[in-house]
Amino acid sequence: MAEHHHGHEDDHGHHEHDNRFTDMEARVKALETVLTEKGLIDPAAIDAIVETYETKVGPRNGARVVAKAWSDADFASWLKRDATAAIASLGFTGRQGEHMRAVFNAPDTHNLVVCTLCSCYPWAVLGLPPVWYKAPPYRSRAVIDPRGVLAEFGLELPAEKKVRVWDSTAELRYIVVPERPDGTEGFGEEELAALVTRDAMIGTGLALSPEAAR
Amino acid sequence: MNGPHDLGGQHGLGPIAPEKDEPYFHADWEKRALGITLSCGAFGAWTIDESRHARESLPPATYLAASYYEIWTRALETLLKRHGFVTQAELDVGQMLEKGREPKRVLKADMVAGVLAKGGPCDRPVQTPPRFVVGETVRTKNFHPDTHTRLPRYARAKTGVVEAVQGSFVFPDDNAHGRGENPQWVYTVVFDGGEIWGEGADPTLTVSIDAWESYLERV
Repeated sequence: MAEHHHGHEDDHGHHEHDNRFTDMEARVKALETVLTEKGLIDPAAIDAIVETYETKVGPRNGARVVAKAWSDADFASWLKRDATAAIASLGFTGRQGEHMRAVFNAPDTHNLVVCTLCSCYPWAVLGLPPVWYKAPPYRSRAVIDPRGVLAEFGLELPAEKKVRVWDSTAELRYIVVPERPDGTEGFGEEELAALVTRDAMIGTGLALSPEAAR
Repeated sequence: MNGPHDLGGQHGLGPIAPEKDEPYFHADWEKRALGITLSCGAFGAWTIDESRHARESLPPATYLAASYYEIWTRALETLLKRHGFVTQAELDVGQMLEKGREPKRVLKADMVAGVLAKGGPCDRPVQTPPRFVVGETVRTKNFHPDTHTRLPRYARAKTGVVEAVQGSFVFPDDNAHGRGENPQWVYTVVFDGGEIWGEGADPTLTVSIDAWESYLERV
């Protein structure tokens, strides 16, 4: 990363930049400064984008979708048929959620979502993806060795359970609806949503049992 | 493009290493990189397909060593230069040296909620009916363009089954290169693990991709 030198390096009072953090900090600062001086970006808009994804759009949106599917059979069948519309009915729309598809785990099948080509991810229901989802190890292995990948998340599937991997190669964004945990009869949507983890909605985990959630 | 981004099935890239209670951002510059990238996308000067191609066109050693927001940032610099908004000299000194091109739109703070909520739907009507039907066996084409494509290498020249017709969408292979949206039908095509990975493949595994119509041929 040392091949790029920016005027901003002087701001830090030294010229040694052999770690990525400092180099990228300088690089992004240069970019933001140039674009702001040209009136091409509004730094307050950047703050608003960051705030949106730090506080408003995240995995709890998806957890509400799953909880509703678990407790409302009509919603579940709508979600299966037209996930975009069903999810939009809960108010979750927009960037990287324009075209949604929900895939349902079953006793004989486990679903796992990956984007081998970049980092396609359902932002509208899960927020920004974690680093591992965007990184080469997951993207390379999820399609060829999903059981090995799941084991690294602490999830050992029974040998007879089929693994279905969805490579998100177009503009469809996937959410996995995990199986409803046992012992949740009579739970309301809010209690159910508390059992739904982000990883369960990617397929690298399962929904929590009521005991585990406590 | 057979670039460093096309990772499905590669070996040797290490463990997944999930991070417990991972934060959304690992450094402040990542927040700025996200916001700058989305803000510049709002110019309307390039498509998501062109930006994906800019990312996958990074040199493989750079791509594989970079964090994701670094990949975004480097590709954004390419796009901004290509479209006349900034020059390399400006990026080098970190200040404006000339006015440059004016975008159609500058994203202001009060527009953010609306723009994010709207997103960028890319479904488009097409005049012809779908060429393939659900349940039909199809074969993916074997091609290796140096331009953008969304047919992964591991899924080329493979036989699978059409599971769903998903609708018609902008064709990235053209749209990434300024050749228009040229929408096509998109199909979910399912492959057995053995068809893709051959000997030793997990017998319980199926993998599906979403494939544009021109990626497929009749068997």
